[in-house]
Amino acid sequence: MSGAADREAVFPTRQSLGIMKAKLKGAETGHSLLKRKSEALTKRFREITRRIDEAKRKMGRVMQIASLSLAEVTYAVGGNIGYQIQESAKSARFRIRAKQENVSGVLLPAFESYQTEGNNDFAMTGLGKGGQQVQRCRETYARAVEALVELASLQTAFVILDEVIKVVNRRVNAIEHVIIPRTENTIKYINSELDELDREEFYRLKKVAGKKQRDTAEQDAEMKARKEAQAAAADEQNQAPNAAADDAPADLLAAEEDEDVIF
Amino acid sequence: MASQADYKDRQFLAVIGDEDSVTGLLLAGIGHVTSPPDNQKNFLVVDAKTETSAIESTFEKFTTERKDIGIVLINQHIADRIRYRIDTYTQAFPTVLEIPSKDHPYDPEKDSVLRRVRRLFGE
Repeated sequence: MSGAADREAVFPTRQSLGIMKAKLKGAETGHSLLKRKSEALTKRFREITRRIDEAKRKMGRVMQIASLSLAEVTYAVGGNIGYQIQESAKSARFRIRAKQENVSGVLLPAFESYQTEGNNDFAMTGLGKGGQQVQRCRETYARAVEALVELASLQTAFVILDEVIKVVNRRVNAIEHVIIPRTENTIKYINSELDELDREEFYRLKKVAGKKQRDTAEQDAEMKARKEAQAAAADEQNQAPNAAADDAPADLLAAEEDEDVIF
Repeated sequence: MASQADYKDRQFLAVIGDEDSVTGLLLAGIGHVTSPPDNQKNFLVVDAKTETSAIESTFEKFTTERKDIGIVLINQHIADRIRYRIDTYTQAFPTVLEIPSKDHPYDPEKDSVLRRVRRLFGE
């Protein structure tokens, strides 16, 4: 019956029934824990996706302002400074640092921007004219990059959380739809097999009891017959002397008593 | 979850963009050139003449070879040219971020991450 359903390969014994029951309980606990973890992560995930959406729009605006200030620089300097800047870039002033944040056991990295002091690759840029615009442009872009860094850490968290949520949900589903039903099936199978064994045992015992009863009855009957035979034999022996003794003294009484001798 | 260990020493940003974007970001101070023997820049200026294969190899270099880059900024219209590479890029580190450029307004529909965001919200 339950042989067709998916179950684990175990012998149907009481010991494995106990193991299976413990396993089912463990699976249920694990399932509820994982489910809660997945819910916590999903909550965080939704928050992050919402913030990404906002941050992306904000980035669009910030970058627009930044390009405008760059256009101001180009106008003020009176020529393209791109080449000069590309050539004079040597060491990054604007750097990022990664730190970790723990969300129910998942380590989410977050970037943090910082500026190293004291190295300025563009000290000479805009020396002739437009120095103020260059300065302002640098500040604007620094703010823009800060927004970008924030967005990047949100996005990293998004990618990692996405992956982790997938894994957790897969586990939850595996426990819910594979492990728990299979363990339940195994328990059912073991129970049915044990019941079957019980019934078999009961039937066997009944058979044995019946046979014993019959044997006893037979023995009883045999015994009885033997006893009767013995009794009859004894009677006969008793009768013979009695008859011989009674014959002589009381003829009249003996005639009536004769009936009793044969039972 | 592959690269949780090596994020510590990622401290630079990288840019692939048109001249204006790169100039602006360099002004902000993200430009970095590694020490003399190899002299690797962390930025690439792309114009109409730049080959797509060059963009692709630079993207490859920034995302897989260099271990000191934490964020790769790429102009959206340039990302469009190597869209298939960006869409199949799923690593957490370095993060790839599409940014708008001066000539090309930002279109949230094209962004590979925003598309995933939208899909998750069922829009």
